[in-house]
Amino acid sequence: MKRRHLLASAALGLGLAFGGAANAQMDSVKACFVYVGTIGDGGWTQAHHASVTKAQEHFGDKVQFQWQESVPEGADSERVLTQMALGGCNIIFTTSFGYMDPTNAVAAKFPNVKFEHATGFKREHPNVGIYNARFYEGRAIEGLIAGRMTKSNKIGYIASFPIPEVIMGINSYFHNAKKVNPDVELSVVWAFTWLDPAKEADAAKALLDQGVDVIAAHTDSTAPLAEIAKSGGNAIGFGQASDMEDYKPTPRVTSIIDDWSPYYIRQIQAVMDGTWVSEDTWDGIKDGTVGIGEFTGLPDEVKAEAEGMRDAIAAGTYHPFTGPINKQDGSAWLAEGQTAPDGDLLGMGFYVEGITGDIPK
Amino acid sequence: MLRLEKRPNPSQFWQYGTPVVAVLLTMIVGGILFAMLGKDPFAVIRTIFWDPIFGEFAFYLRGQLLVKAGPLILIAIGLALGFRAGIWNIGAEGQYIMGAVIGASVGLAVYPTETRLIYPVMVIAGALGGWLWAMIPAILKTRFNTNEILVSLMLVYVAETILAKAATGFLRNPDGAGFPGSRNFSSYKAASNPELIAGSGLHWGGVAALVTAVLVYILLQRHILGFQIKLAGQAPRAARFHGVNPTRLVVFCMGLSGALAGLAGLFEVTGPAGQISIDFNSGYGFTAIIVAFLGRLNPIGIVFAGLLMALTYVGGEMAATNMGLPSAAIQVFQGMLLFFLLGVDVLSNYRIRMFTGGK
Amino acid sequence: MDFGSINPAVLIASLMVAAVPIMLAALGELIVEKSGVLNLGVEGMMIIGAIAGFIVAVNTGSPVVGFIGGAMAGAALSLIFACLTQFLLTNQVATGLALTLFGLGLSSLAGQGYNGIKPPPTGAVPFGPLADIPFFGRVLFGHDWMVYFSILMVAVTWWVLKSTRLGLIIRAVGENHEAAHSLGYKVTRVRIGCIMFGGAMAGMGGAYVSLVRVPQWIDGITSGAGWIALAIVVFASWRPWRVMIGAYLFGGITVLQLNLQAAGSAIPVEYLSMAPYLITILVLVIMSSGRGKASLNAPASLGQNFHASH
Repeated sequence: MKRRHLLASAALGLGLAFGGAANAQMDSVKACFVYVGTIGDGGWTQAHHASVTKAQEHFGDKVQFQWQESVPEGADSERVLTQMALGGCNIIFTTSFGYMDPTNAVAAKFPNVKFEHATGFKREHPNVGIYNARFYEGRAIEGLIAGRMTKSNKIGYIASFPIPEVIMGINSYFHNAKKVNPDVELSVVWAFTWLDPAKEADAAKALLDQGVDVIAAHTDSTAPLAEIAKSGGNAIGFGQASDMEDYKPTPRVTSIIDDWSPYYIRQIQAVMDGTWVSEDTWDGIKDGTVGIGEFTGLPDEVKAEAEGMRDAIAAGTYHPFTGPINKQDGSAWLAEGQTAPDGDLLGMGFYVEGITGDIPK
Repeated sequence: MLRLEKRPNPSQFWQYGTPVVAVLLTMIVGGILFAMLGKDPFAVIRTIFWDPIFGEFAFYLRGQLLVKAGPLILIAIGLALGFRAGIWNIGAEGQYIMGAVIGASVGLAVYPTETRLIYPVMVIAGALGGWLWAMIPAILKTRFNTNEILVSLMLVYVAETILAKAATGFLRNPDGAGFPGSRNFSSYKAASNPELIAGSGLHWGGVAALVTAVLVYILLQRHILGFQIKLAGQAPRAARFHGVNPTRLVVFCMGLSGALAGLAGLFEVTGPAGQISIDFNSGYGFTAIIVAFLGRLNPIGIVFAGLLMALTYVGGEMAATNMGLPSAAIQVFQGMLLFFLLGVDVLSNYRIRMFTGGK
Repeated sequence: MDFGSINPAVLIASLMVAAVPIMLAALGELIVEKSGVLNLGVEGMMIIGAIAGFIVAVNTGSPVVGFIGGAMAGAALSLIFACLTQFLLTNQVATGLALTLFGLGLSSLAGQGYNGIKPPPTGAVPFGPLADIPFFGRVLFGHDWMVYFSILMVAVTWWVLKSTRLGLIIRAVGENHEAAHSLGYKVTRVRIGCIMFGGAMAGMGGAYVSLVRVPQWIDGITSGAGWIALAIVVFASWRPWRVMIGAYLFGGITVLQLNLQAAGSAIPVEYLSMAPYLITILVLVIMSSGRGKASLNAPASLGQNFHASH
């Protein structure tokens, strides 16, 4: 294992150059980010980069920031990560699920560099931490609004791929809509893409044509909102990843804003202080990672109710998945008063009772 | 006025000289682009072209050039054969995906059996997967006269959907807590494709690429089939008089390019990539088309073209990370390099003459 | 049943909008290929048109000027391809692919600072009471002007190719450039003109994506529409009206599969999302089987470079 040895010694050398042992205080830190899309993708990566920019403003010259856009998952990400580690990064954030195995593989070779992987579950080494955001909390608020606002009792969801993160969002949206409106029906359209704005617009249009009048989207562009806007005020939607304030006050009635900056600032500070430890962090509304955009264009009582739910989730007095909840097939999932364990949510592969149709398998 | 005059024979000097001229021209124009973006052009150019080979971390990056170039070369050689015969397979991306999916399926079906037989069987399955996927346009072309450009391209999108289905469904890691993605082959020794010599970046895919380059070179130079392929591309009518069977040629060229693309996918998924994921493919099948032409459809040329392409990826990435360049600037730079490489090639086949008042 | 809740008028109206970008780009590429040139850079020209059209429309406030800007940018980018392939005799396939790479990068650079902005709206053509006619009102009289423009362009392309001297020259150059040259036609000039027309149409198609379909600027916004346009030209066997059929077929199945999902169809989603590609292949197989190669209509000199040696 000559390469491993070489890399390890290179890393060790750099570690010494940057201030010695793993958990000493550091005067200057280099924080690096691996992006899956471009900074201008209008969604996921743009939100990460906006958070990085905030962190940059927070730290000023004390921290050096580097990033690499459009890194394909797999072999390419392993190379980029290695280059970053060799190049003296002290903490590296890998911002897409597909980087999970490469992150752990590279982390094994650079014990003095901290790695933070977003939206995954593997921490095979003490220098790997993982983080995610409880977007389902935002989906619950959207669901509440959908249940209250729909006139046709048909609500829609534009989904990307059938993965737990997306299924969790669908369930939270539907469950919380049904809670306030037992007649509500959900239509899900799977786009099978992360980014195809034209297809997203078509998906929104297809839902509208089916009489759906509240649409949530798990794809990141404003195309669905633009399509809803054309419907002449009969339907509403939500901002996704960013506030999408251009569509205020309606059709955009609120939004889920991805704001990773509190986390980034906290973790980089921990590296500077020498207090960083490997953690599994799942922040939500309470921590500011899931931002809920201003409520606009809603009747006062719905607005008050939505604000109430937001505050209750932040205070920890309400969990979006509180039993009794059955699975789609009628079997019991959560008993009366029981809240969903994180493990069930993270690996979610089933619909809750009342949703029609199947998850693509 | 300038005019081009065809050389009776390609110029030996310019055949080797043009790539150098092209790279120099790209450095100048690219340097201007980087300066306009507010970066030090000399530093950027050095990072792209020099650092991966001779820089501080070259011990690691040289191997990575092989990792990146391997699949490109393997796919491009297969495509080049078809292009020479006038057969337009532009769906290598789909064949690459299907090779990976089918090869990986075979390996994962027998998990966790550890025997030496598994990997060779997977390699055959991978080649077969790419071959089968390429046979669809080949048979539709020979039987129904359907254009292979359209069919092979459309099948890329179908393959991508199958890939997504594999990653979220039938190949999903049963121990992965419901997350998408297959098991990682790096932890399944019998089915994995590790580096052969530590630190070299060379895995079975790289070996296959080099061996294929030599074999195809011999085929083209020495074998009757090679002659038929060249003839079919240059003079289809003459080829028919010489007894070239067009159906057989289409089936052979499409099949071979598909099988090689499938192999590339299999080596990639079991080696550097490690697993089937929703976004496993990253455009090798399309980039390989450029590589094939940059290498002038010649197997040995393709090896160098693949390495040069890999250099712009690896070096470009470093420049983007270290200098804060947008990845789009690197794309533009690569585009320019290709323009120049293709453009100056005119010098090897033509002479530039000054004419006064010419037509 | 599955189809029960889908309103055919709404479906047709949607597919007419969905098909505009690929139809425009495919028509342009059809002319390019008719002249004997294969430009695989459609995706690059479309996305340059998308960002240029967006920038111009946002800054002038006029979508019409935006579309013209998109067309000009597409044509300008295609000029790189024209110079390389026509003067320096580079390989067309490779040059076209390089053009796509270049265009994708350039659009992203040019688009920095234009994220999250709403462009000026492209309004529907006011047909007044006509739009209220049942079925036909929704299908025919409820669109923005680009939808009608794209159909008009199909007719114009068809007419030019079939009935004008210009069309005759383009076809002659594409069928046999040596013969066209000896007849005194300027092969290179004709081809450059066609390539630029193709660039302009692709650019306009791209601008339709960023100004009407989405409407927003996002990196990679065209997401492969240029490739579909290329396939549609082949599908159409180089005939303008068949481009329209192909674009409507492809757009129609795409819209239909999403509608079926929204209506809760029992067909598995992954088969639905493969459907546009598989059905396009199937229809082409049916259309192209059982006929001689001549009826396929491919220009004989397609993809070959021309150099006047005398």
